[in-house]
Amino acid sequence: MRWVAVWRRNFLVWRKLLAASVLTNLADPLIMLFGLGYGLGALMPPVEGMSYITFFAAGQLCTATMYTASFESMFSGFSRMHGQKTWDGILYAPLVIDDIVAGEILWAASKAWLTGSTILGVVLVFGLASSPLVLLALPAAFLVGLAFSAVGLIMTVLARNWDFFSFYMTLLMTPMMMISGVFFPAEQLPAPLVAVAKALPLYHGVALVRPTLSGQLPQDAWIHVAVLAGYSALGYVLAIRFARKRFSE
Amino acid sequence: MTPLAAHGLRKSFGEMEVVSGVDLAVEAGECFGLLGPNGAGKTTTLRLCLGLIRPDAGDIRLLGEPVPQRAREARTRVGVVPQFDNLDPDFTVAENLLVYGRYFGVAPRHIAPRIAPLLDFAGLAGRGGAKINTLSGGMKRRLTLARALVNDPQLLFLDEPTTGLDPQARHLIWERMRRLTAEGKTLVLTTHFMEEAERLCQRLAVMDHGRIIAQGSPRALIADHIEPQVVEVHGQGVNAWMERVRSLAARVEKVGDTVFAYAADVDPLLRTLAGQSELAYLHRPASLEDVFLKLTGRDLRD
Repeated sequence: MRWVAVWRRNFLVWRKLLAASVLTNLADPLIMLFGLGYGLGALMPPVEGMSYITFFAAGQLCTATMYTASFESMFSGFSRMHGQKTWDGILYAPLVIDDIVAGEILWAASKAWLTGSTILGVVLVFGLASSPLVLLALPAAFLVGLAFSAVGLIMTVLARNWDFFSFYMTLLMTPMMMISGVFFPAEQLPAPLVAVAKALPLYHGVALVRPTLSGQLPQDAWIHVAVLAGYSALGYVLAIRFARKRFSE
Repeated sequence: MTPLAAHGLRKSFGEMEVVSGVDLAVEAGECFGLLGPNGAGKTTTLRLCLGLIRPDAGDIRLLGEPVPQRAREARTRVGVVPQFDNLDPDFTVAENLLVYGRYFGVAPRHIAPRIAPLLDFAGLAGRGGAKINTLSGGMKRRLTLARALVNDPQLLFLDEPTTGLDPQARHLIWERMRRLTAEGKTLVLTTHFMEEAERLCQRLAVMDHGRIIAQGSPRALIADHIEPQVVEVHGQGVNAWMERVRSLAARVEKVGDTVFAYAADVDPLLRTLAGQSELAYLHRPASLEDVFLKLTGRDLRD
């Protein structure tokens, strides 16, 4: 449980910069949600039996969660590890690199979860969903945050400079967002692209959250949970392995 | 109990062996100095002793705990002042101490009453609310020292603690280090400032190319390795003077445009300088720096 001190350190910094942090994490996704949802949505027939804005809200909740997790674990994490040498200072204490990796992943996942759950709050306030089942989106958002924090931290402990993250963001995250059913049902894509989407975590996050907004239980929920948990676990193990190597040099 | 003992330490990074068989024994309550030019392996030796990296060979005991196996337990009672400051820029001065204490499992309610005395010790009384980036280099160093004391350690590692500081700041750090040894703490200091080592350390080890090449008290090192008196000479005609006095001195060396003549009795040397108005000279007792340069050579290190 020594990772708690690392988590808490990041939490205390976040609390100091609360307003700016919440604004940057929420403004973008909410502008997108209402801009596209109401603007584009006015031209669209219902999609999968729900209004376009509700359909899109599920995708946007997961995407915003993913971005918060990724930015926190990669850019902020790299700044703490590489720029500020905060990790070096922590390692003189009775903590080891595994504690730091665990603390960083769980912190980024917590922050991402807050983004996801705030968007869910907005969705409820605007009456885009009403079933109590939407509460299931809360653990789902945490899993999405955990998966992307863990994978993001692998990038962080492998990175030698900031440019490294641009490749990950541009070549991986952006295309993934396009094929994972965020803006339109993924199934209308050619079969190979659907297969790629199903191999990546975002698709499964959307598949878990979307049905709950229209008051249904997700189908094959255990598969989606398993994929997200798998990415989290594998990301955690690999991040620790690469971090140990980096810090033994 | 010996606070720190290491035997046969070896560590390579890739093809480069950085530590090549180091033996160390630090006594309780002393200030032990690890001296060496840049790249001698001092910092790597410290990191090995802290259990931050694994040795390829050798064994280490830090405060009675085997390292790296139980380095975590040992580090609960150890403080570290690293070569490069890594204070947390997202926090104020006082918050840095609070947050750092948490890494040792010390609850804020236990650290809070200690913050004022720690800041006082660091000469930062009343600066608890200051942001890190408003502090001078000397203040950051002192805060790093205070931070290393949050867990009330028995042993402190200080890696070049005064590099880059002005003389005032350096003297303050020295005075505080003396106070810490007076309180019974054990200090392990790496430095390449001979004056610092001579003033602070009861015992020293001179390290070069990953090995310890001499060990002892500053006085003993000087007595064992070098003639007691030195005459430094520079100016026009210094080369000719150097040739004349070769037979009068035990050892003569030229570095840059300065000649160093070492001898037990320097009167004959000084007589040759009488009336030589082009030559400026300085007669002084031999210092640790002379020993250091003799042992590690006068080549430039990177």
